[in-house]
Amino acid sequence: MTGRPSRSDRDGGSPSRFPALSDIPIQPAPEPSDAVRAADAPRSAADASKPDRAQYVVCVFLALVGIMVVVDATQIGQAVSSTDPLGPRPVPILLGTLLMVVAVVYAVDVARGGVGEPEAGEDVDLATPVDWRTVLLLVAAFLTNAVLIEPLGWVISGTLLFWGTAFALGSRDHVRNLLIAVGLSLITFYTFAIGLGINLPAGVLRGIL
Amino acid sequence: MQNLHSLLDGFAHVATPMNLLIALLGVTIGTAVGVLPGIGPAMTVALLLPVTYGMEPTQAFIMFAGIFYGGMYGGSTTSILLNTPGESSSVVTAIEGNKMAKAGRAAQALATAAIGSFVAGTIATLLLVVITPPVVRFAVSLGAPDYFALMLLSFVAVTSVLGASRIRGFASLLIGLVIGVVGIDRVTGQQRLTFGVPQLADGIDVVVVAVGIFAVGEALWIAAHLRRRPAEVIPVGRPWMGRDDWRRSWKPWLRGTAYGFPFGALPAGGAEIPTFLSYATEKKLSKHRDEFGRGAIEGVAGPEAANNASAAGTLVPMLAIGLPTNATAAVMLAAFEQYGIQPGPLLFERESGLVWTLIASLFVGNLLLLVLNLPLAPAWARLLRIPRPYLYAGILFFASMGAYAVNAQPFDLILLLVLGLLGFGLRRFGLPILPLIVGVILAPRAELQGRRALQLSGGEWHGLLGGWVSGLIYTTVLVVLFWPLVRRFVLRRRARMVTE
Repeated sequence: MTGRPSRSDRDGGSPSRFPALSDIPIQPAPEPSDAVRAADAPRSAADASKPDRAQYVVCVFLALVGIMVVVDATQIGQAVSSTDPLGPRPVPILLGTLLMVVAVVYAVDVARGGVGEPEAGEDVDLATPVDWRTVLLLVAAFLTNAVLIEPLGWVISGTLLFWGTAFALGSRDHVRNLLIAVGLSLITFYTFAIGLGINLPAGVLRGIL
Repeated sequence: MQNLHSLLDGFAHVATPMNLLIALLGVTIGTAVGVLPGIGPAMTVALLLPVTYGMEPTQAFIMFAGIFYGGMYGGSTTSILLNTPGESSSVVTAIEGNKMAKAGRAAQALATAAIGSFVAGTIATLLLVVITPPVVRFAVSLGAPDYFALMLLSFVAVTSVLGASRIRGFASLLIGLVIGVVGIDRVTGQQRLTFGVPQLADGIDVVVVAVGIFAVGEALWIAAHLRRRPAEVIPVGRPWMGRDDWRRSWKPWLRGTAYGFPFGALPAGGAEIPTFLSYATEKKLSKHRDEFGRGAIEGVAGPEAANNASAAGTLVPMLAIGLPTNATAAVMLAAFEQYGIQPGPLLFERESGLVWTLIASLFVGNLLLLVLNLPLAPAWARLLRIPRPYLYAGILFFASMGAYAVNAQPFDLILLLVLGLLGFGLRRFGLPILPLIVGVILAPRAELQGRRALQLSGGEWHGLLGGWVSGLIYTTVLVVLFWPLVRRFVLRRRARMVTE
């Protein structure tokens, strides 16, 4: 893979994805610290010739999800009846256990030099390191839309989303971006919400649009 | 005979001016979106799902058929003119297709891809008409243990047969299964993995998962590695083929179809294996073997036909049994569920009119695609030059709109982002995406069938074994699972015999 030399850069960056995952209530609280700790060690040791040690973060992630699934399953009230001899608990317990097993086997595979190839594509340049600034800006634009869509309505939040993501991706023609963003939001609102009856909120512009 | 009748009824449904317009719209939007770099067929269908929310099921499925074939064809245009295929099924097309385009034969490459897709799509859809009813008759006779075994086979197949690393495939599958378990247990009403969040009680919508993993994950991943200068697009005129091109293309089209359809219809389907097989066969049989690697038309015609035939083939298990075998079929299955329609053997009884209309619109969409794409190819090529910030901003924009529209709750947008970050992680660490999607969709069904099988046996484990069908399937599962071990054993023995 041509991406080899850049791995060390990615190693350094990857842990910050997992704290982002834990922003939502599905994740247990201790996870980010564990994930960061697991990734810190390889970061200092990483150099271009070393294997892709950030993969151990995946193993930790799988194991933690496995533990979470099993713990959650043990708190379900077990209800077994003649029509349902299995009940709701065994399946999650099985899945959680398998996740932990897979985490261990995965770690062994990584230790033996196993590498998953990062996905290539038309516009993907794997020779460059992960551009975390762009990713974080995109996430910010995305969250802005999620928070503002109901109070302000799709036309305004969608405009902010498109304008913000275009900015994050490096487009600096602000006026043109804004015109396209407003145009797209209005067109989608009128065709989908009003034309096709799809749920898009009008928000503060109710009565004006 | 009765099928032919139903199919003709289906054509009658499609042949109203309004429905033909919808089919045309589906093909056009499908191709336009599919052509865009970074957007494969599965993502095309996922992104365009919301367009159909306001429609009646019949019209929605007419549009889907168009989007399905349009998205497929759009992908091959991208790989011929740009050389870096986004979808594993177009990898082979790019090998010779891009070489042809560079040698000034882009028009012929696009023409053999378009006409080959049409020929393969038509033959494969005919095979679908012939084969699906017997499969349905067989599927009706299956019981819960057999379905459970089939789904296990599907899990093992998507993780072990496709993709490079089994352990990464299993990791992806298990994450998908866990996502599929979230929500209220259908049998007992107990909440699982909801953590007291009311929006999770109904489970995580498959559409949100598909859009999050495919669209948002892909956009974030590309954004993190965005090429400063977009890849070079080769200009193209109107596609056409000379007499010699026809002579060299028609046999590869037919052979490609013969490879593609059966592989697509198998539970371990997918287009990778048949496209590679077709390429290898054409290379071996060609009289112009020296042209391979420098732009041989056979190397585009065969794999493109195989790709399209396999796509039609995947509809057999999807419609008849409810088993998705590739990402596009998985998203289509999610679309069916949006309308409260359960694919599977009963589909042909309960929604007979709808299914045959869908199949008829596959024929219509395929024809429209050919009519549309030959003159419009230069316009599609221009779409490839769209500024990348607008392209990926647009993907995130439409993904958000689509995900919000499913349930009209902002919570889904947060979920979409989390799933997008998960999709980013999958791409970064080379975990395959298909097992996750198949896991999400089949987890609730597999659990339901497994529990039903145990209920029939009064909780005894042998209830999962069922009859000879499930026995046969379990044997296949074991062979697939232990194949690497067996092969290693055989190789070692052979090596020992050689050294002795």
